[in-house]
Parts: sequence; structure tokens; C-alpha cells
Amino acid sequence: MAEVRYENASRIYPGSEIPAVNELNLDIDDGELLVLVGPSGSGKSTALRMLAGLEFVDQGSVYIGENDVTLSPPQDRDIAMVFQNYALYPSMTVAANMGFALKQQKVPKAERMERVREAARILDLEEYLDRKPKNLSGGQRQRVAMGRAIVRKPQVFLMDEPLSNLDAKLRVQTRTELADLQARLGVTTVYVTHDQVEAMTMGHRVAVLKDGVLQQADRPRTLYSKPVNRFVAGFIGSPAMNLIDTDVTSEGVAIGTLGLTLDPSVSSALTAQDDREVTVGVRPEHLKLSTAGLPGEVTVVEELGSESFVHVTVEHRGEPLVLVVRDAGETTTTRGDIVHVDVAGPTHVFENGGARLGE
Amino acid sequence: MSGGAAAGGVVGKGGPKSFLLGVLAWVVGLVFFFPVFWMVVNGFKTEEEAAADPSLIFDPTMEQYDEVTAETTGLLGFGEAFSNSLWAVAISTFFVMLMAVPAAYALSIRPVAKWRDVLFFFISTKFLPIVAAILPLWIIARDLDLLNTRLLLIVLYTAMNLPLAIWMLRSFFSEVPRELIEAAQIDGASIRGQITSVILPIVAPGLAATALLCVIFAWNEYFLAVQLNNAGGETVPIWVTGNVSTRGNFLAKLSAASTLATLPVVLAGWIAQKRMIRGLAMGAIK
Ligand SMILES: Nc1ncnc2c1ncn2[C@@H]1O[C@H](COP(=O)(O)OP(=O)(O)OP(=O)(O)O)[C@@H](O)[C@H]1O
Ligand SMILES: [Mg+2]
Repeated sequence: MAEVRYENASRIYPGSEIPAVNELNLDIDDGELLVLVGPSGSGKSTALRMLAGLEFVDQGSVYIGENDVTLSPPQDRDIAMVFQNYALYPSMTVAANMGFALKQQKVPKAERMERVREAARILDLEEYLDRKPKNLSGGQRQRVAMGRAIVRKPQVFLMDEPLSNLDAKLRVQTRTELADLQARLGVTTVYVTHDQVEAMTMGHRVAVLKDGVLQQADRPRTLYSKPVNRFVAGFIGSPAMNLIDTDVTSEGVAIGTLGLTLDPSVSSALTAQDDREVTVGVRPEHLKLSTAGLPGEVTVVEELGSESFVHVTVEHRGEPLVLVVRDAGETTTTRGDIVHVDVAGPTHVFENGGARLGE
Repeated sequence: MSGGAAAGGVVGKGGPKSFLLGVLAWVVGLVFFFPVFWMVVNGFKTEEEAAADPSLIFDPTMEQYDEVTAETTGLLGFGEAFSNSLWAVAISTFFVMLMAVPAAYALSIRPVAKWRDVLFFFISTKFLPIVAAILPLWIIARDLDLLNTRLLLIVLYTAMNLPLAIWMLRSFFSEVPRELIEAAQIDGASIRGQITSVILPIVAPGLAATALLCVIFAWNEYFLAVQLNNAGGETVPIWVTGNVSTRGNFLAKLSAASTLATLPVVLAGWIAQKRMIRGLAMGAIK
């Protein structure tokens, strides 16, 4: 078990100008489950593969524990990886798949079988040990891939979207099991996903990547309540935060006719800068339907049972603008209603370049 | 009764179009198969019957087989030709596979620099008509004292089949999912371990198919053998033509000899096909 450190690590694929991962600096604590999240093509897999030794590190360094592994081949890094399509060896049985790494380490057969059986017990795979991967269901294969990783007792687990081939229900269940298993084993884990819900629910910390650049690495709650920039604000949270471009006037900022009360730290930052256009962000749960406030027409009502999301078209700077407002599950609002939207929680302000203003 | 009805139902299901296609496939198949069939049939006739009007009604005899396999001192016997062929085919195929596996690895899984050029070079060795190279080959073989030896054919058949084997294996190797090799690397397998434990089991059917083609091509090779090995180290194709005589009828004898020459290849193909299908089923990735 060990901590992991990226130091200014970059990967520039041959034939490409732009780095797929750009000067990544990231410290991952011993035993931590860090989730790398970001849109498609943001460099998550590349960052993970740099740690695995499957991708060359063009600049900077990567450390596992005290060791600089930047130039080490995967064989020497003492890591285990779970691939998106599991990459089980088709010609080997489940037991052989799980014991393959131990066999390479010349672990005696008796011990190997013992450890494979133990992992199979943990993952509920005992009855499948003699089967070939092709005779397993998707969920079972996923567990075999997990088993192959845990029998090794490696320094670091690497997982690249290990749940994306499962159906929605199994994914939610497996995600909890996986987080629990990781906590029990206490092995440092880097977990890649493009699903921000998965990231928020599993990660001790979540690192958000965009275009190969690390945006923010923080605890899920911090990421949610204090996104460092407009991109993170829009990426984390579902449905997404309402992001409204607006002008700064002497009265402050407003959505349509609705003036916003800002945190003092934001107000002072606002007056301190020249540029007069900012982006205001409000999460749907921090907006409410009320008797007073900004009038608008309901265009869509998404009822999810425990809550519903009401899309309200309001007028902002003389143009229609859709705001998503969270309402109770048993909402009576329907399409076509004229409602009023008011702010009922914290707001975020981002400057023109996207960076967060104030605290 | 019900079986017939069911079969009729199946045909009916496909419609008249697929029925016609089926008939056509049978006709084409029969047209292709007929000469082979006729060769086998003629081998069991007497020379007189074989030379007479074609007929399927005759008294089958092993006479021709006895005659073509009879050993006559001074003449090339079936046993000797067979063993020459066997050596040339088996050893050349062994060396071809031994060299083609690493070459294919270096051209697909971990491509060397300029691998396209390398690949093109391999296939370009097949551009030259072999007849254009025969004289230099003959001179080199003569100077090396290799004319009329098995060793010569082993070397030539290895060289002849190697480019083809590399091309075939490369395409099989390219189908091995990249993640599997990466998983093996992460699991700590050396390059040798990756090849033997992960790659080869997956490409086993491809290896079998490639080896089979090499065997067939080497077994059937005639031109090099007849030019360079006509007085020693002769192979089965040369023995077959040895049964052509300038006087009298020889069709039945030639048919029997040809059947004998064909048999090993057909058998090898039949066995390999069974194994290849099993291998394909075993090697299924998903
Ligand atoms: N082998 C490669 N050669 C060249 N460019 C590559 C290669 N692999 C990835 N890239 C590029 O690098 C960037 C990052 O890719 P990467 O696979 O890391 O994204 P990702 O965040 O994992 O995306 P996804 O969620 O779709 O898996 C992309 O722009 C991609 O096109
Ligand atoms: Mg990816």
C-alpha cells in the first residue's frame, strides 16, 4: 500500500500537438479512493495508464510510494488494473485468471489456490472457479476482473470505468460493494469514470479533468458547494447547475428582474475587477417556486417521484432563458402554468474567464 | 414422415430463391468435385477399363495401388518419395512457424519502426516468378553441394512459405485485444509469458490454419523439386509424374498415384479443420 503522486506529468501522443494530459499534479493518499472524472476525451484513461506504465510519461514524473516509477515497465510497478471490458484471459478458467499474476510471481501452487479461493469467497465466485470467462454473465465477469486485482494485494488498484458495461441497477449495487471492498482492503485506488454520480458517491476525493488539465481535486461535498470554476460547476451535479451570463450593474447582479444578494467576498471581488460580465450559477435545489420573484412559464415538469424538476422559461436581458427549479415530488405545477422563481440558497459567481469569484 | 415434413418446411421457409441458390451450390460443388472423384474411381480400374469409354460399372481392383507402390531397384519408390516429402514438409513448416511467430509479434503487437515497409518487403519476395530465380538457385545449390538433397528443399520451402506465414499470423495477432496483453503486462508476465500464456492460446486456430497452408504448399510444390532434386531427394509430386510412361496406358496408374499423393493433404486438412473449429470456439474473446 502506498501513496501515489503525479508531478507535472504530461502525455503528448505522437502526432498530436495538444497534450492528452497536461502537467498533472496530484497527490493521492495511502488507502484513498480517488476518482478521476471528466467528459469523454478529457484524458482520464491516459492519466490512469500513465500510472500503470502503459503510456509513456513525456514530461514530469509519477511516484508510487517512495519510488519514482516514471520509467518502470508495468511489470515492476506492483499495481493491479480492472479494465472497462475486463480483459479476462479467454483460454483460462476463472481460477487461472485470478491466479495468473501470482503464478508470474512464482507463488507456490498451494498458496496460490488458497489466495484465489479467498478472493473468490469475498466476491461470491466460488462456484464459478472452473468456468471459462465466456460462460459467465457480465456481472460475474466484472467480479472476476475484481478478483484478479485483489488476489495480488498490490500497492495500487487502477480501475478504468469498471462498471460501465453493467446495467443501471447492477451498476448502483456494484458501486456500493466496490467502495466497501476498497475500504476494507485499504488499498490506494484510482478510479476512472465519466459518470459524475459514480464519482460523487464513491470517491473520497474527486479529481475533475477537462482537456487534459486538472480543474479541481477535492472532497465531493467541496466540489459540489465550492466549484473552482464554471466548468466544474456545470459538470458536477445532476441536473446541472443553472448558469446565467449577466451584467454587473451598480446594484450588483440580477437574473431578469430578480436581484441577487451576494456574499460579501463576492461583492468585493466584483467591484475590484473591470470586466463587467459574469456568470451566475444557482443549483436547481437553491431555486424555489414561490408567490413572489421572477415570473415565467412552465415548459417541462420532470417528476422523479421523490422530487421533481420544473423547467421555467423566464425573461433575462430581454431574451427567454430556461431555469431548472427543484420542487417537491408531489408538485401540482403543470406545463403552461405561470409561476414565480425565487432564490432560496447559495449562489455562485464566475468571472468571464470561468474562475470562481469570492469564497 | 414428420421429419420429411419438417425438412420441407425448412426449404419452404427460405422461399424459392434460397432453394434455387441451394441447388446452384450443389451443382457448382459437384462440378468442382467431379474430377477428383473421377481420379479416385479410375485408380481402382484396370488400365483397359480406364482407357475405355467412361463408366461407373467395373470391378474395383487394388492392382494399380500394388503396382505404383511396388519397390523396384533403381527406380524412385513410393516409400522413399513419401519420406523425402515428409521431411521437407515437416521440418520446413516447423522452422517457418518458429520464425513467423516472433516476426508477426514484432509487426503487429509491438510494431517495430517502419513495420509497413518490412511487411511489404516480405511479400515482395513473392513478386519474382520462381522460374526467373531457378538458375541462380541451381548454381548456388550446386556450389554448396546441396543439389538433390532433402536439406535443399527444407531451406527453399522455409523461404518460400515464410512471407505468407508472417502475413497470415500478423493478421491473426492483430486481432488479439490490446487490453489482454496490457493485463498480462500488469500481471507481471514477461514478453515470453505474454506470448505463450495469453497470445498463443487465442491465435491457436490461426496458427493451425497457417501451418496447414504451409504444409499443403510444401507438399504440393513441384517446380523447385523437379529442377533441383530430380536425381535424389525426390518428393511425392516427382514420384507421381514418374508413373507417366511413354508407352502403353497409364491413366489408372497415374490416378492411383495421384490419389495417394492427395490423401495426406486431405487428411491433414480434415483433422486441422476439426481442431480449428474447436480452437475458434475455445478462443472466443467475449
Ligand atoms: N493512442 C492514442 N493516440 C493518439 N491520441 C490518443 C490516443 N489515445 C487517446 N488519445 C487522445 O487523447 C485524449 C484523451 O483520451 P483518453 O482516452 O484519455 O480520454 P478519456 O477521458 O478516457 O475519455 P473516455 O471517457 O471517452 O474514455 C483524447 O483526445 C484522445 O483522442
Ligand atoms: Mg477512457
